[in-house]
Amino acid sequence: MKYLDEYRDADLTRKLLADIQKTVTRGWTLMEVCGGQTHSIIKSGLDQMLPPEINLIHGPGCPVCVTPLELVDKAIALASRPDVIFTSYGDMLRVPGSARDLFAVKAAGGDVRIVYSPLDALEIARKNPGKTIVFFAIGFETTAPANAIAILQANAQGLTNFAVLVSHVTVPAAITALMDSPDMQVDGFLAAGHVCTVMGFWEYEPLAAKYKIPIVVTGFEPIDLLHGILECVRELEAGSFQVRNAYARSVTREGNKPAQAVIQKVFEMTDRAWRGIGVIPMSGYRLRDKFAAFDAEKRFPEVQTIETKESPVCISGLVLQGRKKPNDCPAFGKECTPQSPLGATMVSSEGACAAYYRYGRYGK
Amino acid sequence: MIDKPNLLGWTCPRPLQNYPTIVMGHGAGGRMMADLIEHLFAPAFDNEWLGQMGDATKLDKSLFGIRDSSLAFTTDSFVVSPLFFPGGNIGELAVYGTVNDLAMRGAKPLFLSAGFILEEGLPMETLGRIVDAMAAACKKAGVKIATGDTKVVQKGHGDGIYINTSGIGVIPAGVDIGPANARPGDVVLVSGTMGDHGIAVMSVREGLTFETEIKSDTAPLNGLVEAMVEVSRGGYYPRRGRRPPAIHCLRDATRGGLAAVLNELSIASKVGIEFDERNVPIRPEVNAACEMLGLDPFYIANEGKLVAIASEAEAGTILHAMRSHELGKEAVIIGKVTAEHPSLVVAKTAIGGSRIVDVPAGELLPRIC
Repeated sequence: MKYLDEYRDADLTRKLLADIQKTVTRGWTLMEVCGGQTHSIIKSGLDQMLPPEINLIHGPGCPVCVTPLELVDKAIALASRPDVIFTSYGDMLRVPGSARDLFAVKAAGGDVRIVYSPLDALEIARKNPGKTIVFFAIGFETTAPANAIAILQANAQGLTNFAVLVSHVTVPAAITALMDSPDMQVDGFLAAGHVCTVMGFWEYEPLAAKYKIPIVVTGFEPIDLLHGILECVRELEAGSFQVRNAYARSVTREGNKPAQAVIQKVFEMTDRAWRGIGVIPMSGYRLRDKFAAFDAEKRFPEVQTIETKESPVCISGLVLQGRKKPNDCPAFGKECTPQSPLGATMVSSEGACAAYYRYGRYGK
Repeated sequence: MIDKPNLLGWTCPRPLQNYPTIVMGHGAGGRMMADLIEHLFAPAFDNEWLGQMGDATKLDKSLFGIRDSSLAFTTDSFVVSPLFFPGGNIGELAVYGTVNDLAMRGAKPLFLSAGFILEEGLPMETLGRIVDAMAAACKKAGVKIATGDTKVVQKGHGDGIYINTSGIGVIPAGVDIGPANARPGDVVLVSGTMGDHGIAVMSVREGLTFETEIKSDTAPLNGLVEAMVEVSRGGYYPRRGRRPPAIHCLRDATRGGLAAVLNELSIASKVGIEFDERNVPIRPEVNAACEMLGLDPFYIANEGKLVAIASEAEAGTILHAMRSHELGKEAVIIGKVTAEHPSLVVAKTAIGGSRIVDVPAGELLPRIC
């Protein structure tokens, strides 16, 4: 397939691997931030082809995985209401809440529907004026513009039966939190190409300077990833800590200005809880007061009282922080499988545990 | 696919009680049900066995051929939504699904049963189109519907129509095809492109449109299997002497796609299976849809494609026979059976790495971004 096969080319892979091998002189630990990158690395077998000096750890950039359990429970409470049609991206449906998942709500008669875009949820709202349509607005900066547009459209069209359950998070705040944690061992970051397509990479420049760590904007295909790794290793070997763009076919320094403007218009920064990590200050978006009418938590205030604690067995928090590998977990592949997941990292196909399980990394 | 109902075939001396849709009375066992059978099902599936109209159909033993052959018997239920999709419909699926299950044991399918569960309110025209499609599918596959049943459920208790078909076929002598028969050294073949059906249905169900329409591959595979069996049957041959059957396993790659089939076979045969991702034929538009939705084409359903495991020595002959058949033109060898990593399926990736291709966990879920 054009524009994909070129980035999965075996010859180019060998060449880039040889370049990395030639460049590297000592061990380096790199974190790919985004779950989509983790998925691609494991699916292509890239992690097993890299020189042993390169240690990849998998970052917190899976929106499904970092959505706190409490919010999943709120979603389940909303979806169980007979006056609500609950809409969500597909892979959120299997995330276990403290008692059950959204699939179970559906089986018990709740109206839960998979949509591919919040605009599809708007369409459902137009067709079902007697119900409130709640969209589960999760994700990083990547999905925020579409969600913001849905709010703006609903507002403009006077669609009062549409609301969103917001759990938006942002990458720079996560990198800051990781770098501030005491036993952090990451030498360099591969930043998430899709997030940077929207936001640009100027935000990362002060982080690279403050923590003296190279950050390379990286894409998602094997060749993109190798390119990002090579750039990052070059920076490290040269003792430099710049922000580099290894995904120039999609990303500019300034990013997508109109998309940023739409986010600005609808959302404002707020503290957010990250599953397995805890509350990170100013690490996500919430609806501006002007759009409070579209906030599902305000529309159905009873969900605000829901409070949930995480499972004590699951180490997904450590996995999300890159401090443990999925197969370091005693429950991995035993009590915890994609069929009956203990934590969110086993649920989403972008989650590190699911990627390890699916593509077979049983105890190295 | 049948676009319009063939109303010419309907003999209709008396109108069907003037109901444009199915009503509860069509399942009540009385005149209305008799009318439905007499005017719709019987003329569409017309044959001497269904014509017996008994509580059970009598099949003469001479129908099942010669000594040393065995019977194959299977059943399958069809609950697809939407009922009509690009390249097929539930009626064709109901015939081909069961025909293909029989063919995957190397059997020549002969007779089917057809059980209909109709939802009150189903338009008669829709039922007519489905029944017509089934009649045409039976003709194409060379099978007869020998017995049937109709029930009606209340509005809201069914998806328009559910169909169950069972089938009987004859396995010729010298054929021994089963999921536990794969041996190290065997090769793995597929009969064509993977993922067409699942993406075609998904595109209609989810209202996704692509530049080119993706059509389901719904087709009866018994002809293709017959051609493959013909060139590779075991038995005693005057010039070559005793020859073991060369086709060891056959599976139509339906739900769960190629990945599910290879896993089932590797587990049943206690062998490892290796294949090269680049060898698996996938239409560019199917690949594009999968990339967009975050799905893996190896896990997507097919309705007219088979996976075969055969002895390496005969693989060339079998491949040639497949490619000479209309439904196997794009057949290829994708991998091999190995004694290493028993019960695991390993894929060589496009960039030269490797990964384990696991069984699918449950419903395929599109990724968020």
